[in-house]
Amino acid sequence: MRKIIAFLALVAIHHGLWAQTIVSGKIKDGKGRPVPGASIALKNTYDGATSDSTGHYKFSTTEKGAQTLLITSVGYKFSEQSIELKSAELHLDIILKEEPNELKAVTITAGSFEAGDSKRGAVMSSLDIATTAGSNADITTALKTLPGTQQVGEQEGLFVRGGAGYETKQYIDGTVVNNPYFTSVPDIATRGRFSPFLFKGTVFSTGGYSAQYGQALSSVLLLESIDLPEKSEIDASVSPLVVGAGTQQLSKDKKSSWGITYNYVNVGLYFNIVKQTPDYFKLPQVHSGDANFRIKTKSGGMIKYYTTFGYNQLGLRRPDIDSTYFKNAFSVINHNWYNNLSWKEYLSNGWKMNLGLSYSTNRDNIQQQLQDQNNRPKQFGDSAYWMQYKNFTLDSRQDLAQAKAVFEKKLGGLSAIRFGAEYWYAYSPATYNDTLHKLIDNYTSVFAESDIYITNDLAAKIGARFEHSSIINKSDVAPRVSLAYKTGKDAQVSLAYGIFYQKPENQQLSYSTNLGYTKATHYIINYQKLTKDRIFRVEAYYKKYDALVRTIPYSYFYATYDNGGNGYAKGIELFWRDKKTFKNFDYWISYSYIDTKREYLNYPTQLMPNYAATHTASIVMKRFVTDIKAGFNFTYSYATGRPYYNFQINNNSKYYIADQGMTKDYHSLNFSAEYLPSLGKKNAKTFIVLFASMTNVLGYNLVYGYNYSFSGQIKEPITPPAKRFYFIGCFLSWGVDRSEDAINNNL
Amino acid sequence: MKSFVFFSFLLCAISAQAQSDKYVAAMKKNLDLFDSAKTTQDFQTVANNFERIGDAEKTQWLPYYYAGLALTTSGWMDAKIDKDANSTRVNSLCDKAELIEKNADIYTIRNMAATQQMMVDPQTRWQTYGQQASGALEKAKQIDPNNPRIYYLQGQSVFNTPPAFGGGKDKAKPIFEKSIELFKKEQTKPLYPHWGQDQAEIMLSKCQ
Repeated sequence: MRKIIAFLALVAIHHGLWAQTIVSGKIKDGKGRPVPGASIALKNTYDGATSDSTGHYKFSTTEKGAQTLLITSVGYKFSEQSIELKSAELHLDIILKEEPNELKAVTITAGSFEAGDSKRGAVMSSLDIATTAGSNADITTALKTLPGTQQVGEQEGLFVRGGAGYETKQYIDGTVVNNPYFTSVPDIATRGRFSPFLFKGTVFSTGGYSAQYGQALSSVLLLESIDLPEKSEIDASVSPLVVGAGTQQLSKDKKSSWGITYNYVNVGLYFNIVKQTPDYFKLPQVHSGDANFRIKTKSGGMIKYYTTFGYNQLGLRRPDIDSTYFKNAFSVINHNWYNNLSWKEYLSNGWKMNLGLSYSTNRDNIQQQLQDQNNRPKQFGDSAYWMQYKNFTLDSRQDLAQAKAVFEKKLGGLSAIRFGAEYWYAYSPATYNDTLHKLIDNYTSVFAESDIYITNDLAAKIGARFEHSSIINKSDVAPRVSLAYKTGKDAQVSLAYGIFYQKPENQQLSYSTNLGYTKATHYIINYQKLTKDRIFRVEAYYKKYDALVRTIPYSYFYATYDNGGNGYAKGIELFWRDKKTFKNFDYWISYSYIDTKREYLNYPTQLMPNYAATHTASIVMKRFVTDIKAGFNFTYSYATGRPYYNFQINNNSKYYIADQGMTKDYHSLNFSAEYLPSLGKKNAKTFIVLFASMTNVLGYNLVYGYNYSFSGQIKEPITPPAKRFYFIGCFLSWGVDRSEDAINNNL
Repeated sequence: MKSFVFFSFLLCAISAQAQSDKYVAAMKKNLDLFDSAKTTQDFQTVANNFERIGDAEKTQWLPYYYAGLALTTSGWMDAKIDKDANSTRVNSLCDKAELIEKNADIYTIRNMAATQQMMVDPQTRWQTYGQQASGALEKAKQIDPNNPRIYYLQGQSVFNTPPAFGGGKDKAKPIFEKSIELFKKEQTKPLYPHWGQDQAEIMLSKCQ
């Protein structure tokens, strides 16, 4: 008997079978809402429960004494509770703290469109840019299908919300790009220098951007280059316009890569087939090469270097507007070399560092000449000064060296502080006929910014930027504030305010450095609803321009500049993208309304600028038919007429409007198609893409504005060099797939 | 005293046996619960139960495996579930399981988690999650080329890929056949995964 009791006692000691405790309670979040599906576990035992849809849980256990309860739920911080199991029941309510979650948290969207390949809320991916009909893989042209931009076809640049093209700046990996476009040609928009496939992310901000960026009055385009390529490959492209070849090599350990590309554009064959209005006496030719290397550092940072060299030339002749006999010949030879070195590194204690160095030099040799019927140069005397003015040479060079450092520290959750400095050295000599103008600017800036997440639903970004430019010897402080509040699961409202400064253009500074910064103040409100397949956004803004640069004429020959200009822009914009409603059909619609006027350059009073249209709309459609492995894309853009002016100088040396009018509406329907025959072929050695596109399918006569003769008696429409642009090309890539290696290495 | 020592020794042995019996019983009970689970809440409960067993046992990979399988099952059945969050949890369960043993069955769970993430937006996610999914099956094959569930899942993926992209019924059929052949040869141990044969046969019938 004693033995049996002892046995039972021992069993009891071993198994503690005397009594059970029922543990129950409710799991709630910080706002008192129930958390269903949370796991409640008694540490080191099988005992526990899962909270039900009302957050309640209940389980029984035979364990005794001091124990630990572990509570886990996706999206919440792990919680550990010490409990004492002694009585028959234990009631314990637990509050779980929300895990800061970048995906769930509100993001500040006022003013900016994100485009990236993986980012949530991306409006466009790089593939989207390439497959937007009419863009022909030009980033700027594709962005013109987004709200806030103007359909300006006679000069390059993004004309955003009442701002001129030079008021938008492009940044690559944090540093500004001095010459993002090929050299300007009169009345023709040139392409951007950079392929969309260089970038994994693009942020197009139409206002209210961060204090990290300066010297852009209207807009910034932030391009983030890709890190390591997914695999090694060799590429080639063949088309009547361009041939190219390149390779990207990824190291075996996938920690570094390098690449080189070369492209040659020659439009000779194309211009023989598709007649151009101007007479190209020097056929456009472009040689461009680029090289890069990228290294992943030990702590997960990246070092990236990218360089591109370009040489191009063209010469074109048009009839002279002031005479019936003469011709106007323009030619340019351009050399451009761009370098960008960036280093992103994760330091200890939650610090992150971004360093950027860049150097670029751009040289243009421009010759403008009046020629007679036999294409011989013609000189005029002072009595016909307006004709002699058309004979000139301009050799200009723009060098820009810059360094930028940004440090960021995460402050618990998603909040962060960021600060940094940048320095630009700009050397810009220009020889106009025989006169040399040399401009040197040392620009320095410091900035600080903080992201403050009050909750996952409410965030603020507050920053300021101090800038000094030596050439005008002026400083400024630009505050920037934005707020975002989540109003529903997928919906949010954002507000942004900021002051933006930009120094005058070189051309103006070469006449006078006694100028100040031009200034813009932005106020933006934005509502966005974003689901997986649909984006809806509406944005309203008001912008005030101050100290815009005006031209003060002394005579036809001589003018100077002051900061007496001003203006405003206000408008409302809509964007809707939908990949869901129609199967395999993706489309977006954007609409912009703008009311803007400005007094600047030679505008005698506040006038609607000649690049602005009151209503602009675009519809972009993309359909991929998997059965035939082909995609078809259409873009239709519409804009109401734009004003045009002829300003003349009166006897008091003041500009006045001698003539004005409105162009007719702008319509353009563009088409492109791609065919991917190797799609889905598993071990295909060659991946082939065939691409064809055509702009202005319906053949509208596009008129971008008018040029006036010196007398003002004659006006001529500014039209594209050809009604339509066609492109066909074949892109090949031979990939060295290293996924097998990767699998073996990881085993 | 002697007998006390003896009893203690005996009880320790009993205890160890009881521990193992307790494990087997708990696993069996939860496998039954798994079989009768219908709602996302049910699968979550089963997954949490299995995870607790795994955490307490520390040397058994099967509880984590079944926890992952329960979550991927609810991932297939519930369209509203947050696939990224669910798959992240599944992968962390697989990580725990692999600390104990690396095997083909755990990779099949990883394959399903990645496939579900890809399905959220196949066009943009194919490159990342599609490769993750097929990579997981490749690794599974390296460890155990005779695991029939690998071929069942591979067949599924081929079956659901449009013919233009190299998928379709015809291409999937031989893969399902291979899977069923291996299922017939498979020798199942108690508690070890044995699912998939019925599903593979249904899929094969769809390929005819």
